[in-house]
Amino acid sequence: MPRPNFQRGKLWPRRRRLGFLFGCAVVVACAAAAVTVRAQEKNPFSGDAKAAKVGESQFRANCAFCHGLGARGGGRGPDLTRAQKRHGNADADLFRTINEGVPGTAMPQNGATQQGVGMTEEEIWQVISYIRSVQAKAPAQIPGNAAHGKELFYGSATCSTCHMIEGKGGRLGPDLSTTGSARSTDYLVESVRNPSRRLAQGISEAMKEFSQEYETVTVVTAEGTKFMGVVLNEDHFTLQMMDTREQLHLFEKGKLRSLEKSRESLMPAYDQKMLSDKDLQDLIAYLLGVGAL
Amino acid sequence: MKLRTMPWAVKSRFLASLGMTSLQFPVMVFLAMASGAAPSLRAQVTPQRLLDSGKEPQNWLMYSGDYAGRRFSALDQINTSNAGMLVPKWAYQTMAGGKFETTALVVDGILYGTGQDNRAFALDARSGRPIWQYQRALPVDIRPCCGRVNRGLAILGDKVFLGTLDAHVIALDAKTGSVVWDVTTVDYRKGYSITLAPLMIKNLVIIGVSGGEYGIRGFIDAYDAATGERKWRFYTVPGPGEPGNETWEGESWKIGGAPAWITGTYDPATNTTFWTTGNPSPSNRGEGRAGDNLYSNSLLALDPETGRLKWYFQFSKHDDHDYDATQVPVIVDQGERHLILQANRNGFFYVIDRTSGKLVSANPFAKVTWSDSKDASGAPIARKDASPTLEGNRVCPGAAGATNWMSPTYDPQTQLFYVTAREQCDVFSTAPQAYEAGHAYYGSAYFPNDDAAPFTGALRALDPNSGKIKWEWKHPSPTWSGVLSTAGGLVFTGDAEGNFIALEAASGKALWHFQCGASVYSSPMSFAIDGKQYVAVAAGSALFTFALP
Repeated sequence: MPRPNFQRGKLWPRRRRLGFLFGCAVVVACAAAAVTVRAQEKNPFSGDAKAAKVGESQFRANCAFCHGLGARGGGRGPDLTRAQKRHGNADADLFRTINEGVPGTAMPQNGATQQGVGMTEEEIWQVISYIRSVQAKAPAQIPGNAAHGKELFYGSATCSTCHMIEGKGGRLGPDLSTTGSARSTDYLVESVRNPSRRLAQGISEAMKEFSQEYETVTVVTAEGTKFMGVVLNEDHFTLQMMDTREQLHLFEKGKLRSLEKSRESLMPAYDQKMLSDKDLQDLIAYLLGVGAL
Repeated sequence: MKLRTMPWAVKSRFLASLGMTSLQFPVMVFLAMASGAAPSLRAQVTPQRLLDSGKEPQNWLMYSGDYAGRRFSALDQINTSNAGMLVPKWAYQTMAGGKFETTALVVDGILYGTGQDNRAFALDARSGRPIWQYQRALPVDIRPCCGRVNRGLAILGDKVFLGTLDAHVIALDAKTGSVVWDVTTVDYRKGYSITLAPLMIKNLVIIGVSGGEYGIRGFIDAYDAATGERKWRFYTVPGPGEPGNETWEGESWKIGGAPAWITGTYDPATNTTFWTTGNPSPSNRGEGRAGDNLYSNSLLALDPETGRLKWYFQFSKHDDHDYDATQVPVIVDQGERHLILQANRNGFFYVIDRTSGKLVSANPFAKVTWSDSKDASGAPIARKDASPTLEGNRVCPGAAGATNWMSPTYDPQTQLFYVTAREQCDVFSTAPQAYEAGHAYYGSAYFPNDDAAPFTGALRALDPNSGKIKWEWKHPSPTWSGVLSTAGGLVFTGDAEGNFIALEAASGKALWHFQCGASVYSSPMSFAIDGKQYVAVAAGSALFTFALP
């Protein structure tokens, strides 16, 4: 079967977004149909350990690609064992998130992923039972001092030179406004301590139109000008990049004198000397707090 | 909608748009028929024309271009000296989401294709303007795996034939798109669907089913093209008392999978049709189905008149990596050697003697870790420790395989076999699960591994004699595009970044490319009209055609 299809560099047709808007219009128009879905706000399998077990299999087959075995979040999706869910905590919220996806994120609509079969309504509830069985009972007390983390981010740790949060900061690295809720804590720690281990979004971002990995690139133009920066997109023939001074450059590869790419991130690895464990904890507390979980 | 069934107002508007009244319309039709207005449309595609497809290279009469499955066009107007001048001529938009996998047919100036959600259409191949459009009313509860796709039509006589996502086979009138007959192959609610283009042999429509994700029992069917009456069925999982049933543990054969979801090929000299099959179910968990699991992941040599099995060759025995063998089995003769070439999803390039079914050679064309040894015949054997585990086990190729359904091509001029290779390893993990009819039944999960390097891909030119890679064209990421070769010394392919590319067949040098704006999920073809050669490929929701200015 041709099921797996996650890959980087894929152009996802823009039309899909329009399709979504159209789909919303249809949902509004067909209010009667919507009512039947909304009628069930509670998980019919709530607290059913057997359903949770079946749901675990469904989770492994359908969700674990991004959310990891055990639902702890891989390099690609949120840690679902956290009590707080960014897109709603109630059963009905989880059902909606799974069934309809989250526009503008990598979370696809159920069954519309072009890979796999998708889940029946019953199977979605079973997955929710599974998630409930592994998630923390109460919102975790986030250790660390978020206010100090923010000071570090915009101050001595110089994160904001390259990263933006809620509109403030640099452009060379990924916008971190939603990263705290979208990635596991382990992943955040690794990204700071060893940013080259897995580049920005791991090796694939399932349902994005294309995944930006912030690979490092150095080009020398035909005239001999050298630019270093990150890859925004590329294909066999062209390169779209941002240099370290935040200038965009759009090249035909064949016309360049040289082009070198590296998976050594431009971001420095923050060791203990640059950022103590305590400061790192504060920084992560800040990241987890933004985007108002 | 047929003209005669149109409401009066619509009919008037339709005719008015042609500048006619309803009185003039029959007169116009009569005049056109009487004068043999150009381009002359030969009404019938006879079985003989399909056998002699090489004599009419301006047409593309079946999915792979010819019965041998070579996807080779004998047209050479577009060639290595002028390919750089190719320009787009027209595009046709299905306006549908999802993957657009069709390979169009072209017969005497008319192009026939399929789109997502069982759309079908006939176009004026010169302008791209529709002649008719059809879309099946699909049941709301179908959940076909892997997209609501279709890869193309077959044609015979005055009908085109379509396999549907609800597992029907239907015949459409080639001139109007009207449904002539419609037969149910099996109950779609058990997980069956049809996505392949049928293969016409004599008066039979031959199809196979998809559904390896549901615990179906796969089969290949033949239907009378005139009536839709079923002539035979070959179950790809043998029942009790049949040879091969002993390769399944207990009752596991009942839900053994082995779908046949890629169009087969045909050797008229021996009257043998070659079909390939997919994974045993569940795909990534071998527990409960001990044995070789025949005829999953196999090449089948069948008698097209009866469906009788002449011989089989199984590529991946007792597979637990989803290594479907559903790649077009290409028929090639080299002197006295009568061969089948197949670059398999499991990463090996197989050369098989098609008179006996015996293996000639098997060489890796991509990174392989599931096998590190061969048996006495030279067939790769699976490593014991390559099976998926609960925690996950990294194996190459990954779940999407070293290649997949995208067509390869064999170029008789260079005598090279060109295939899309995918370099992607995955972590395979089991997800134990009970069978429930119509529900997904993978028994598996898979993950990208933590390799530092990204997944890549390549178009590889393989020498069938040595099994070696002659050259490769690197793709930035793995693509789902097939490959076309032409007598102009060219191979055409697409990439995941949206480029459609012409390469020199001898060297792999790129001569031309066009950015389609969406990933290519189809296999290209070529045709000619008015003496002008075109190359066509589907990407995004559009079918693009290219020609010299």
